[in-house]
Amino acid sequence: MNEFMEKKVQLNWVEPKKHYDVVIVGGGGHGLATAYYLATRHGITNVAVLERKYIGGGNSGRNTTVIRSNYGIPEAVKFYQHSIELYQTLESETDRWIMHKQKGLLWLAHNEAGLRAERARAAVNTAFGAKTEFVGPEQVKKLCPAIDLNGAGVWPVLGGSYHPEGATARHDRVVWAYAEGAMQRGAHIHQRIAVTGLQKDGDRVVGVQTDRGPISAGVVVSAVGGHVTALGAMAGLRLPIRTHPLQAYVTNHYDLKFDQIVASTALLFYVSQTARGEILLGAEIDRQPSYSYRSDHHLIQSCSHRAITLFPFLRNLRVLRQWTGVCDMSPDYSPVMGKTGVEGFYITTGWGTWGFKAIPAGGEQMAQLIATGETPELIAPFSLDRFAKDKTLADRGSSGTH
Amino acid sequence: MSLTLPCPHCGPRPVTEFVYGELPEVPEALTDPDAIDLDRAFMRKNTEGVQVERWFHTFGCRRWLTLRRDTRTDLVIRD
Repeated sequence: MNEFMEKKVQLNWVEPKKHYDVVIVGGGGHGLATAYYLATRHGITNVAVLERKYIGGGNSGRNTTVIRSNYGIPEAVKFYQHSIELYQTLESETDRWIMHKQKGLLWLAHNEAGLRAERARAAVNTAFGAKTEFVGPEQVKKLCPAIDLNGAGVWPVLGGSYHPEGATARHDRVVWAYAEGAMQRGAHIHQRIAVTGLQKDGDRVVGVQTDRGPISAGVVVSAVGGHVTALGAMAGLRLPIRTHPLQAYVTNHYDLKFDQIVASTALLFYVSQTARGEILLGAEIDRQPSYSYRSDHHLIQSCSHRAITLFPFLRNLRVLRQWTGVCDMSPDYSPVMGKTGVEGFYITTGWGTWGFKAIPAGGEQMAQLIATGETPELIAPFSLDRFAKDKTLADRGSSGTH
Repeated sequence: MSLTLPCPHCGPRPVTEFVYGELPEVPEALTDPDAIDLDRAFMRKNTEGVQVERWFHTFGCRRWLTLRRDTRTDLVIRD
């Protein structure tokens, strides 16, 4: 499948009905994937996805499209490994070209602590099904010739972990593929409908209030990005979520091939090349909690400074574009999925800076939860009540943005 | 231009010099000690709008300041 062979995306827009079996709030990757897997895996098609702006216009369209599973804790490795396997077959399954490209991902170490962390990462990944190996500096240079192993004399590359299944895909195409697949099977997707409240019958959530009138529902699912605290509050929930902006930027076209995705925890940046040939750079979240989409010069300055220590060729490029998304950060840097304690209200949130790679598995598992009413084993550890049970899943070192 | 915070001692300084200070956010309706502990440790008010917040000027005068900021626009509200 390629751009010359593919068909036009078929999206049929319809008016909202008064009742759906399932109402999904948030038309990003996770919400649309949930609708898609409800239709394909469970035959549930009386489903509506409500989107305040346009589908894929939030964090699904603002992320840096990295797909990987080299996480630091067993629960996360298993979950994300399942997700990258679903990504690998998504093109043949949906018959849509999502520009999925397996590139391989290098995670670098610059000191003894970093080497220990990468060895541990390789060990836990191998034990729980992801392909990650520890590599020395010679192999790093072989895999990624553009790198300066001296790190400008300040951040020498002592080794790292190599994750061959690391990949990227085109985020808009992923969103459209899921939207189209769900629509073709009868699910409704409504853009420009804002949810303003939840209908409740006693303690149970039985529908949503929107700016286009009420819609009743058997189950309401929150797949909201950025503004989930407000929706949770409508259901009477306090959420362990704080919203932080995350910025990224691209340079102009780089003529030579830059095949790998490279990340460094110590230097706090990651870099890859887009299909257009631009070099894509991202780094840390903004430290202040905020819903602002404003980009700032400080991020470009500090991130470029760090990236150039390892990749001297970047100094000759120019910054073309910069953008910001607002991320739902959870305290333990792991997602929150599943039941909420409120009847008829499920949640998938806490996708912080790691949501794109999880879209297929997150959608599939949420669909299974909705269809069966039972929390699937794969996402059971990520439930909201893990905080009360003292079973948090701390994995800060794997997020790549801290 | 990054977010600039008005330090009463040092004048307007970039946000990168400061550390965000937590404010107690536990709702008064909570009375169960376990629920209060849980809320204090993990739950967030995550205000979308104007909030009162504390910042510590780490790379400056090393004093605390209190200000009001609109989290939708990152504008500091001056009285």
